[in-house]
Amino acid sequence: MEVGVNFVGTAPRARSAKASILPLELKGVSFSVAGERLIGEIFCRLESGTRTVILGPNGAGKSLLLRLCHGLLQPSSGEVFWRGADGLDPTRCQAMVFQRPVMLRRSAAANVDYALALRKIPRSERGDIVREVLDQTGLARFAGQAARTLSFGEQQKLALARAWALKPQVLFLDEPTASLDPAATRAVEQIVAAIHAAGTKIIMTTHDLGQARRLADEILFLHKGRLIERGPAERFFTAPETAAARAFISGELLW
Amino acid sequence: MTDFGAAFAAAFRLVVTLDANLVEIVLLSLRVSLGAVAIATLIGMPLGAIVALFRFPGRTGAVVVLNALMGLPPVVVGLIVYLLLSRAGPLGVLGLLFTPTAMVIAQVILVTPIIAALTRQVIDDLWGEYAEQLRSLGAGPAQALPTLLWDGRFTLLIAVLAGFGRASAEVGAVMIVGGNIDHVTRVMTTAIALEVSKGDLALALGLGLILIALSLGINGTAYVLKGAAQWRSV
Repeated sequence: MEVGVNFVGTAPRARSAKASILPLELKGVSFSVAGERLIGEIFCRLESGTRTVILGPNGAGKSLLLRLCHGLLQPSSGEVFWRGADGLDPTRCQAMVFQRPVMLRRSAAANVDYALALRKIPRSERGDIVREVLDQTGLARFAGQAARTLSFGEQQKLALARAWALKPQVLFLDEPTASLDPAATRAVEQIVAAIHAAGTKIIMTTHDLGQARRLADEILFLHKGRLIERGPAERFFTAPETAAARAFISGELLW
Repeated sequence: MTDFGAAFAAAFRLVVTLDANLVEIVLLSLRVSLGAVAIATLIGMPLGAIVALFRFPGRTGAVVVLNALMGLPPVVVGLIVYLLLSRAGPLGVLGLLFTPTAMVIAQVILVTPIIAALTRQVIDDLWGEYAEQLRSLGAGPAQALPTLLWDGRFTLLIAVLAGFGRASAEVGAVMIVGGNIDHVTRVMTTAIALEVSKGDLALALGLGLILIALSLGINGTAYVLKGAAQWRSV
C-alpha cells in the first residue's frame, strides 16, 4: 500500500494563503440528554499541527465529544469556539470520517465528486482532485466501481479520500478502524498519517491503545464524560497521572 | 364455472383477434393511468421528501394527513373533480369534463398522496442513515433532498408501482369524471363495470383478466429493469 505524501504540493487548489481556524477552544462544553449529563464540563484548547487522540473506554463519550467539536451536535451549555476563524466559516474547513462509512449509491469517484460539489468547487477542477485523492489512497482502480460494492476497508479508505479531497484544516475521525481487519487498519493509519503530513490537524477517537501509541502526539483521556487527563502521548503512556488512566493503560476495564 | 370458461375464451378471443375496441380501451387505460402516475410522481416525490427532511410547524399533522389521504375514496374524488369541472363549476370554462384529461386530473389527486406518503417514509429512513455524513459534508435538507431521492430510487420504485396499482384499478373516479363514453373515455375498469351491468359477465371477466395481465406485465418489467440497474450500482 503506497500512500503518497506530496498531496499539498500537487493540489490544484491553493489554500495556503488561508488563515487557520485553529486553535479550537472548548469553553465549559457539556451535553445532556433528558437531564442526564453525558459530557461533563470540558475546557480545553486544541492547537494546530498535532495529532490529538481522544482515548477512553466504550461509553466514555468520545464520539459525542467529537460530534460536539464538529458541530453535528450542539452543546447543552458552554461553547465550541474556533479561535482563528475570524470571518472564515469553520464548517467549510473541517471534515469527518465515521466509524461506519456512508457511501452514496454511485461510483467511488462520484462519491468524492459529490463532496466537492457540495463545497462549490468548480466542475472543471473536480476531476483532477478526484483522480488525485483516489490515487493517493490506492483506490484509483476502483474509481468507476459502485462504492457500495467495495469491501468495508476500501469503503473506509474511500471515506478518507472523500474527506481529504476537501483539504480540511481539521479532520475528525471517529474510531475509523473499529471494524476493520489489521491490514485495512494499517492502510487507514497510513492515509491518516499522510493527511496529517499534508498539514491537516487530526482529532481522532479510539479505544485501541496500540493505535493511540502509533498515531497520537497528544492524548485527551475521557472517562464517564469527563476529561480527566490530558498531555503529550509519550508522557501519558509512560507516566499517567490519574488512577483511571493507569487502569485503562494496563488493560483493566473501567466503567 | 361456465362463466370462467367463457371468460377465458372471451379474453383469448379478444387478445388473439386484437379486437380494435379492446386495443383502444387498453391504450386509453394505459395513457390515463401512466400519465396520472407520472404527474403524481413529479409532485408526490418532492412533496414527500420535503415533509421528511424539513422541520416546520404542523409537520406531524402533515404526515398524518398525507398517510390518511392514501385512503381517499375514488368516488368522492371523482365527485369533487366533477363539481370543479362541470359547466357550472369554477373550472367549467375549460370544458374538460368527460375527457381523458379530467380522468388524469382525478387520478393524480388519488395517486399523489400514495406516492408522497411512501416517499416520506423511505426518505425519512434514509436520512436517518445518511444525516451525519451529509451534514458533515455541508449538505442541509435542501441539498440532501435530491441526493436522497436518487439514492432511494430503487426503494422508491415501489411507491410508483403502488400509485400505478391504485390508478389502474380504480373505477369510481374515472367513471364519474370520464363518463365511460365509447371511443372517448372508456377504459378497462369502466368497460368492465358496464359489461357487468349489461349482464355480459364473460366479457367483463375477460377484460378483467387482461387488466390483471397488464398490471403483472408492468410490475414485472419494472422489477426486471430495477434488478438490472441495481446490479450495476448496488
